[in-house]
Amino acid sequence: MKAEGRNNRGVGKGGAAALRSVAGLVYLFLYAPILVLVIYSFNRSVQTAKWLGFTPRWYAQVLRDHELIESARNSLLIAAVTTLTATAVGTLAGLALARLGEKRGAATKGLLYLPIVIPEIVVGAALFTFFVSLQWELGFWTIVAAHVSFSVSYVAIVVRARLAGFDRTLEEAARDLGAGPAGVFWRVKFPLMLPGIVAGALLVFTLSIDDYVITSFVAGVKTLPLLIYAKLKINATPETNAISTLLLAVTIAMIAVAQWLLRKR
Amino acid sequence: MNRRTWIPRLQLLPTWLVLGLFFLAPMFIMLGISFREKGPAGTIRPVENVKQYVAQGKFLHNYRESIDPIYAGVYWRSLWVAVATTAICLLVGYPVAYYIAIVANPRRKNLLLAMVAIPFWTSFLVRMGAWKLILGTQGVLNTMLGGVGMSPLDLLYTPGAVLTGLVYGELPFMILPLYASLEKMDRSLLEAAADLGAGARQRFRRVTIPQTMPGIVAGVILVFIPAAGQFVVSDILGGSKGALVGNIIQEGFQRNKPLKSAIAFELTLVVGLMLAAYGWYVRSRKAEG
Repeated sequence: MKAEGRNNRGVGKGGAAALRSVAGLVYLFLYAPILVLVIYSFNRSVQTAKWLGFTPRWYAQVLRDHELIESARNSLLIAAVTTLTATAVGTLAGLALARLGEKRGAATKGLLYLPIVIPEIVVGAALFTFFVSLQWELGFWTIVAAHVSFSVSYVAIVVRARLAGFDRTLEEAARDLGAGPAGVFWRVKFPLMLPGIVAGALLVFTLSIDDYVITSFVAGVKTLPLLIYAKLKINATPETNAISTLLLAVTIAMIAVAQWLLRKR
Repeated sequence: MNRRTWIPRLQLLPTWLVLGLFFLAPMFIMLGISFREKGPAGTIRPVENVKQYVAQGKFLHNYRESIDPIYAGVYWRSLWVAVATTAICLLVGYPVAYYIAIVANPRRKNLLLAMVAIPFWTSFLVRMGAWKLILGTQGVLNTMLGGVGMSPLDLLYTPGAVLTGLVYGELPFMILPLYASLEKMDRSLLEAAADLGAGARQRFRRVTIPQTMPGIVAGVILVFIPAAGQFVVSDILGGSKGALVGNIIQEGFQRNKPLKSAIAFELTLVVGLMLAAYGWYVRSRKAEG
């Protein structure tokens, strides 16, 4: 009976079992809806959730849906342009912040946190007001501008955090060994930053391709979330389930690829 | 400006350009519009005499209108929904974070953590769509009820559906900071408390909770802010009766920009006050050591 005396888990055996079952239920709560969605995307039934047998027909329908393909293409293009731009801008900011230190970087850091903490709906409404006041026609580029502005912060913060533990003596050692400024940067600092840049870029891509709230205010072309939202407002149909399942598959594949890329470093 | 800092300052230029043009400028323009009056058909009425406009207090017109009792119900519901979401996330998230950080096999920690984070990486709309599929009149739950001979329930378009969706969406943001603080906790204090005769409940209340307070506060902030300002979950799962502040701002924004802008800034003010309180809390905790 020494368990109670040397207990540094704060719970006894019964408590641990109770915690395990609560955790199990929460994981069930997190994953059951996703599982249900995937299963029902193969359901033959149109109107109800009654299981009427397996069919791949909704996927065939999705692949023939021109509106859907068009909006998926828009979303991918917007996400690609946003990711490239925001990653470049944010990486520079992260580098600079690591260099400038707490006091001189304080104003920029404050600026970078604002778009993260202010509710998305406020940012979206403000951008809409801005574009309308300047009589900029809402279209592809207004979406890109909005997406870049809300995602620069994430890259800057991730890259800055990555450089926080950066050992200055490595830079000095490289210089002593005869490396020029470019050599020091590309062969010492950049490889250290790279996982941060990749993680930041991945985050931006995910945020951009999934954004509904801000996009709904500034969109002039249809994106995938706008289309899914319009369909969801009416009803959850087998076709929307199929689109969602495809989107899930793409996301999971992306996470897996990113994990693999980061592990190889 | 000395030589050592001009390169980093140049590196910050693109950020200031992007955020200045597409974040700060829009916010200031909207703030300006919140002090104006609306004209016909979504326009903004020009101000003829600025001095008179300010002297007569007309610039606060929208802020006065925004606190009209007709909106009280919506504000009250938004507050209630955000508080309930935060409370449920805390009550459900704490045991899970505790399990991952302290009880679970250390080798499985990373997997368990990743499983909490993965839903965050998947589309928010897709996850809300899944709940619509489950809760609908002819949805999965009602079909199952029908299968055992029970009549269908009105699950969708209820406050319960909105709460379920919000908790589902925000839970990872509560579990992750709680996990971080539980992981850092000095567990020898639990042992010491046990040696001194404290029971399980007393140890939890007087050792574990105070030590993990930073995680609790961070989780509360991370869940409350998005829950207070959202309109997607209430729109998809709440239907027309369940409008929240976010829905009021979003619906017909174009038709009455001044009033909706004023409400948007009031929401921002509430969020700002919460963050200021959080900053104050973090500093006072640091000062204590």
